Amino acid sequence: MNTENLIALLVAAPLLGAVVLLCGGRRLDRVGHWIGTLLSALSFVIGLVLFTDMLGKGAEDRSLHQHLFSWIPVEGFQADVAFQLDQLSMTFVLLISGVGTLIHLYSIGYMEHDERRRRFFGYLNLFLAAMLLLVLADNYLLLYVGWEGVGLASYLLIGFWQHKPSAATAAKKAFLVNRVGDMGLSIAIMLMFTTFGTFAFGPVLEASEGTSEGKLTAIGLMLLLAACGKSAQVPLQSWLGDAMEGPTPVSALIHAATMVTAGVYLIVRSGAIFNGAPDAQLAVTVVGAVTLLFGAIVGCAKDDIKKALAGSTMSQIGYMILAAGLGPIGYVFAIMHLVTHGFFKAGLFLGAGSVMHGMNDEVDMRKYGGLRKYMPVTFVTFGLGYLAIIGFPGLSGFFSKDKIIEAAFAKGGTEGWILGSVALLGAAITAYYMTRVMLLTFFGEERWRHRATASPEQPSAEPAAETRGQHSEPHPHESPRSMTIPMILLAVGSVFAGGFFSIGDRFTHWLEPVTHHDHGDSPLSAATVTGATMVVLVVGVTLAWFQYGRRPVPAVAPRGSLLTRAARRDLLQDDFNHVVLVRGGEHLTRSLVYVDHTLVDGVVNGTAASVGGLSGRLRKLQNGYARSYAVSMFGGAAVLIVATLLMRAV
Amino acid sequence: MNPVNYLYLAALLFAIGASGVLIRRNAIVVFMCIELMLNACNLAFVAFSRLHGNLDGQIIAFFTMVVAAAEVVVGLAIIVSLFRSRHSASVDDASLMKL
Repeated sequence: MNTENLIALLVAAPLLGAVVLLCGGRRLDRVGHWIGTLLSALSFVIGLVLFTDMLGKGAEDRSLHQHLFSWIPVEGFQADVAFQLDQLSMTFVLLISGVGTLIHLYSIGYMEHDERRRRFFGYLNLFLAAMLLLVLADNYLLLYVGWEGVGLASYLLIGFWQHKPSAATAAKKAFLVNRVGDMGLSIAIMLMFTTFGTFAFGPVLEASEGTSEGKLTAIGLMLLLAACGKSAQVPLQSWLGDAMEGPTPVSALIHAATMVTAGVYLIVRSGAIFNGAPDAQLAVTVVGAVTLLFGAIVGCAKDDIKKALAGSTMSQIGYMILAAGLGPIGYVFAIMHLVTHGFFKAGLFLGAGSVMHGMNDEVDMRKYGGLRKYMPVTFVTFGLGYLAIIGFPGLSGFFSKDKIIEAAFAKGGTEGWILGSVALLGAAITAYYMTRVMLLTFFGEERWRHRATASPEQPSAEPAAETRGQHSEPHPHESPRSMTIPMILLAVGSVFAGGFFSIGDRFTHWLEPVTHHDHGDSPLSAATVTGATMVVLVVGVTLAWFQYGRRPVPAVAPRGSLLTRAARRDLLQDDFNHVVLVRGGEHLTRSLVYVDHTLVDGVVNGTAASVGGLSGRLRKLQNGYARSYAVSMFGGAAVLIVATLLMRAV
Repeated sequence: MNPVNYLYLAALLFAIGASGVLIRRNAIVVFMCIELMLNACNLAFVAFSRLHGNLDGQIIAFFTMVVAAAEVVVGLAIIVSLFRSRHSASVDDASLMKL
C-alpha cells in the first residue's frame, strides 16, 4: 500500500467529523459525540500506521510527501495543497490525535449534561483538523490556513458557553490577541516570498543558508511574533488566562495538544532561518525566559485551579520557546518537553475538570481541601501529573526539563549562565506553585464543608458566586469511567514518556534528521545540573509545604504582598494593555480626529469659503444696469485691443 | 484729400457714440448713439477700402447697414414696449427683469 496517500486522511477524518456534526442537525444529538470520538481515534490509528511504516525505513528517507492539488497556480506564485510528513510532523500528529482522542473520550462524560454536546464535538474535531493541517502542511501558506483554523476553533470553543458574557469576552480577547500574532506570520510569509520566491518549507529552508542575516532576522522576528500570539508568550500572553472560560476539556486541548504548541512547532520547523539569524534567536530565548518566569509567578498567586494551571502552561511553553531559541542544541528538547508536557498538562487539566465536576463547578482552590479521600483516581492521576511537571526523578518532566536547563547552560558565555539560572529558578517556582495546587486541592482540611462554628460567610469578590452553592454543600465524588480512563492513560504517559524517550537518546536520534542536533559544551556537567535541579525542586516543594501544608489555609484569600496582588492580576498585563494600547489607541484616534477636523476639513472648508466669498463679490457686478455692462464691454474691448497691440509690438 | 482724415473722423464719431451710450439715460438717445458708433465703423471700413484699393470694406459696410436696419426694428420695438410698461424711457429704470 502506498502510505503517502494516507496523509490526507489524517486531516480529512476530523474535518469530516466537524462537517457532519455541525451540519447534521439535531438528529445526530444522540450519537454525535461517538462520531466525533471515533473519527478522532481513526486519525490516531492512521497516524500509528504511518508511524510503524516510518519506523521501518532508514532515518534519511522517512520524510513522506503528498501533493494533493494546486491551490493557486499562477506564474511565479505556486500555492499547493501538499503535505509533508517527517519525524517532526509525525511526533505532533501522534500527540495531537492521541491526546486529542483521549480528550474527546473525556468530554463524553464531562459534557454529558450539556444540550449542545454535538456541536462541542464538532468544534473539537475542527480544532484537531486545523492543528493537523498546521503540522502537516509542506509550505507556510498552507500552514497559515491551519494556523487560522486553530484560531477560529479556539474562538468557538473558548466562547462555547457564550451565554456567559465573560466567556464571550474571553473568546473575543483570545481571537484579537491572536490576530496580532497572525499578522506577524502573514508578514513573515510575504517576506519569504519576496526573498526566496517561494514559501514551501524545503526551498525556503535550503535557501536561507545563503541569505543575508538582516532578512533572516526580519523573517525570524516576525515568526517569533506569530509564535508569541499562538503560544501565549510575553507580550501576547494575556489571552491564555481568560481562555479558562471555556469548558475544561477545551483548556486541556488548547494547553496540551493543540494551539499553544503551534508556536513551538513554527520555530522548530523554521530552525534553518533562526540558525542564520542570531539576533532573532536571542529574541526567542529572551521571550522564552521572560515568559517562563512570568507564567510561573502568575501561577503562584491564582486561587482558580484552572488559572493556576494556565500560568503553569505559559511557563512550560516558555521553557520550550527558550529551548527552541537555543538553536540546534535545544530543538530536540523543546519538542521532547512539548510531548511530555502534552501528557502531564492534559492529565492535570482533565484532573482539574474532574475535581470541578465533583465540586459543583467550583474553581476556587481555597474552597477545596482534603479531596484525596473522595476522588482517589483523580488524586492519583493528578498526583502523577504533578510529580511529572515538577520534574520528580524518573518521571517525564524530569528528563525533558532537565535537558532544557542543561542546554540553556550549554549556550555558553554570559547568556548561557543567565538563561540557565532563569530556567533553574523557573523549576523552583514550578515546584512551588504545583505543590500549592496539590496541597490546596487534595490535602488539608475540608474547606468546602459549611461549618456552623466557622466564621460567617464573608462576602467575597469571587465571580463564581452563582455556582458556589451557598445552600447546598458539594458532595465530592469520583467522575464516571469515561473521564477517569483518559486520565489514567495520560498519567501513564506522564510517568513513562520521558524515560522512554531518553533511553539511549531515542528521541534525539528520531528527530535529528529534521532538526539536527548539537550537544554544545556545557560549563557544568550533566550531573551538576541534575543536582541543582533536585535542590531547587526540594526548596520549592518545601516552601509550598511550609506555607500551605503545615498550617490551615484561609478560605478567603489574604490580601497578600504587592507582588502577590500584582500576580493575581496577571502581573498587571491587562492594566498594561489597557493603559498602553487601549488608551494609547484612543489618544491616537483622538489626535487623528483633531487633525482631520482642523487640517483636512480646514483646507476643504477654506476652499469653499474663498470661492463663495469671491463669487459674492463678483455677483455685485451683475447689477442690471445696462450702462454698467456697457462699461465692462468697453473696458474688455480696450484690454483686448491693448493686448493685441502689445503682442504685435513684441 | 487724405483718406486718413476720414479715420480720425470715424474715431471721433465712435468716441462720441460710446460716451453717449455710457452717459445718457434716455433709451432713445442711447440707441441713437449705438447707431452713431455703427456708422463710425462703417465710415472707417469704407475709408480702409479706399486706402487698400479693394472692395472688402465696402461690402462689410453694406452688411453692417442691413444688420443695423434689423436691429433698429427690434430695438425700437423693445423700447416702445418698455415705455408702455414703465412709463419711462430711462435705461436705468429697467434694471430688473420684473416690474
